[in-house]
Amino acid sequence: MTSTLDGFSALLLYSAMGVYAIAFIAFTLDLARRSAAVTAVAESGAERIARARATGGYAGSARGSTAVLDQAPAVTAPRPRESVSLRVGVTLAILGWALHLGATVLRGIAAGRVPWANMYEFCMTGTLLIMGVFLLLLTRRDLRFLGAIITGLVVLMLGVATLGFRVSVVPLPPALQSYWLVIHVLVAILGTSFFTVGFALSVVQLVQARRENGATGGLRLPASVPGSVALENSAYRVIIVGFIFWTFTLIAGAIWAEHAWGRYWGWDTKEVWTFIIWTIYAGYIHARATRGWRGSRSAWLAIVGYSAVLFNFGIVNVFFKGLHAYSGL
Amino acid sequence: MSRSSEVARPSDHIESDSIDAADPVGPRLGPIGWLRFAWRQLTNMRTALFLLLLLAIAAVPGSLVPQRSSDPNGVAQYRIDHPDLYPIVDKLQGFDVYTSIWFSAIYLLLFLSLIGCVLPRTLHHWRALRARPPRTPARLTRLDAVETRMVDGSAEDALLRAEALLRRGRYRLERYGPSISAERGYLRETGNLVFHASLVGILIAVALGGSFGYSGQKIVVEGEPFVNYVAGYDSFTRGRLVADTSLDPYRISLDKLDVVYEEENANAVGQAIDYTASVTVQQPGGGPSTPATIKVNSPLDVDGTNVYLLGNGYAPRITVRNADGAVAFAGAVPFLPQDQNLTSVGVVKVPDGLASQVGLIGFLYPTPAKLSTGALTSAFPGLQDPVLALNVFTGDLGLDKGVPVSVYTLDTASLTQLAGRPTDVPAVQVAVGQTVELPNGLGTITLDGVSRYASLEIHHDPTQGWVLAFAILVLAGLLTSLFVPRRRMWVKVHEDGDGRLRVEYAGLARGDDPGLAVAVRELADEHSGGAASAQIRASRTT
Repeated sequence: MTSTLDGFSALLLYSAMGVYAIAFIAFTLDLARRSAAVTAVAESGAERIARARATGGYAGSARGSTAVLDQAPAVTAPRPRESVSLRVGVTLAILGWALHLGATVLRGIAAGRVPWANMYEFCMTGTLLIMGVFLLLLTRRDLRFLGAIITGLVVLMLGVATLGFRVSVVPLPPALQSYWLVIHVLVAILGTSFFTVGFALSVVQLVQARRENGATGGLRLPASVPGSVALENSAYRVIIVGFIFWTFTLIAGAIWAEHAWGRYWGWDTKEVWTFIIWTIYAGYIHARATRGWRGSRSAWLAIVGYSAVLFNFGIVNVFFKGLHAYSGL
Repeated sequence: MSRSSEVARPSDHIESDSIDAADPVGPRLGPIGWLRFAWRQLTNMRTALFLLLLLAIAAVPGSLVPQRSSDPNGVAQYRIDHPDLYPIVDKLQGFDVYTSIWFSAIYLLLFLSLIGCVLPRTLHHWRALRARPPRTPARLTRLDAVETRMVDGSAEDALLRAEALLRRGRYRLERYGPSISAERGYLRETGNLVFHASLVGILIAVALGGSFGYSGQKIVVEGEPFVNYVAGYDSFTRGRLVADTSLDPYRISLDKLDVVYEEENANAVGQAIDYTASVTVQQPGGGPSTPATIKVNSPLDVDGTNVYLLGNGYAPRITVRNADGAVAFAGAVPFLPQDQNLTSVGVVKVPDGLASQVGLIGFLYPTPAKLSTGALTSAFPGLQDPVLALNVFTGDLGLDKGVPVSVYTLDTASLTQLAGRPTDVPAVQVAVGQTVELPNGLGTITLDGVSRYASLEIHHDPTQGWVLAFAILVLAGLLTSLFVPRRRMWVKVHEDGDGRLRVEYAGLARGDDPGLAVAVRELADEHSGGAASAQIRASRTT
């Protein structure tokens, strides 16, 4: 029974990866097509947001639950020519997410517990939440230009997870049998998801800043992508949400460590890296108030911070010795 | 966070380039002047950011090199693997990164810088809390977020309605002529200060906990007691201010350690899925004894100390008799697990009572199975007809020199091996209940049974509640300082003479405030009460 369900779960996950891959192609095509057609009638990010709002793209969004988000004036703009491949991309991303959700839920049922107790499951749930956070943010603001980066990252991570980390369902070791597994790890995954979106925004911000500084050649973005300052503000708002989740992860982890290992902080390798990530993102938040650090430099900090997140997950879990060695590999 | 040089600024105010872009040639500084200069530099925002990032970098080596505090065996292994590098890394305090001089220097400077920033800001915030909102600027249209509406009625009436609206929005108000000045979001700065002050609180609580806390490990075999006093531990570390008499001498007896292994899931046969230690706690002074259980994620609280179950293993109960049948050794000997299936290794030392001193290196196979080579192995961690195989050594065990020797190792260099590989005599094998002859007529050995032992850790940290409280304050401060918008709002009524009132509404963000424009517009719409704008609002909120 367990292995049958797990088999279905894997099948759904492969399907989701396929759909995400096609969504990635659609998003990329959209970027390529529109950047080729950059014209003088370029639309600013604010105009684009306003338009989306006016055309009902923002109806029903629940304001104020996380960040206080921007709401531009409700201006009536001429109905734009919507890119077909952009809509295809979003639709496929939603379809892929539904399959992905099914895969994750089935894995959880097969294991009889939350589906994030080893690296394979962590990747599966982590990418599910990355896509989920991205799709959720889409209902509030037009971040579809991030679609290529996000779906690309998710497909890549799922590929690594299914090829490198896949393990069969096994019971939880006693150290993981705690409700803190649900809280601590889930919040860590949520924090990671927001950091991922923040990372993508910071990358686009850097590319955009280069273009605004008159650099030619290299990557070209469609004119509909917001300016680097707007991107920086968006990245900041997404990252502070991630930072709060990360702070909670640290505290919850310390409480659990006190229950399981007899001390709340012991500089275990994973604790060290969680601390490093927290410090880098704290630096990122302070950088905005520091002369000479706003703009591209703080974007680089966000990228360094996210690299540390990936390092903490991909390298520390697998190659470093420590108490958090529950990868199941 | 802004710094003392411009304390009047909100937390996330952006420094402009013009403030001190052109540094004047300063006057000659006396000692106080230099101190002030150093303090200014230290509490400078850029210095703080630099220290913060430096702290992140300085933490990295501690994850690359094993640390004495968390992995002492790893440090010993590093010494063997890298004999050339070891003294250099040790000299640089690379095995004690988080207590090293350089790491401490960075975080102490960072905290000093932080305190130097928080104190003047607290003072400033205290004044701001008691101050009146500032005068209305002469030309509101210069501000970022401005709206203008035409309103009917009297000026006084319009101002009163605006005041009511702003009061509902939790603004603090002040009337200046035909205008209202309002400010809200003081909680943002309060949260910011609470966040930073709580970080200092955590640091102090951790430091105090290190001085007043202690922790120790003890291996306890089933049926045996443990008493909480310094000499009762196998290993013990304590803070500087912990006296021998600080320990509460309660007694814990391990009645039974139950372990459940997975048997059905083919992918995980033999994986431990539960450990439960049943213990009896006896309070000091002849109090009543109470039964309790300890599990991996649920420690036992005894008199302000926590008792954790951190490890387990087997302890064979062995009796060694001499050729005449007199007992030379009897007891349960904890063996150290070597693999998933708990093949365990231990040492029995018999210094007296036999014709010569005898040392035994034992291999315990909880569920024995034969490899193709004929050697024994263990196929399952549970006990199913366990077998103990012993290599027998004789000679001087080195116990009489007064030098402490580990009970888990036997130095065989100066001993003569009598049985077990590589000698021709096979190792002595004994099953539970059996008695087997030792070689050379030394005597006999009996395996009376196999008990389990628990590795208990006792931990006392008087300040960890404080650390938790400060950590929660950190989180609360962070939430308010990042998400409560701090803004000023002005409403100004102009009587242009055509019978209608022209009302200007303007907002100024103090810090990151993405919702400012919306807030000003909503105030303007609500105040002017236009039917059209009300409709737009209604359609947007449904």
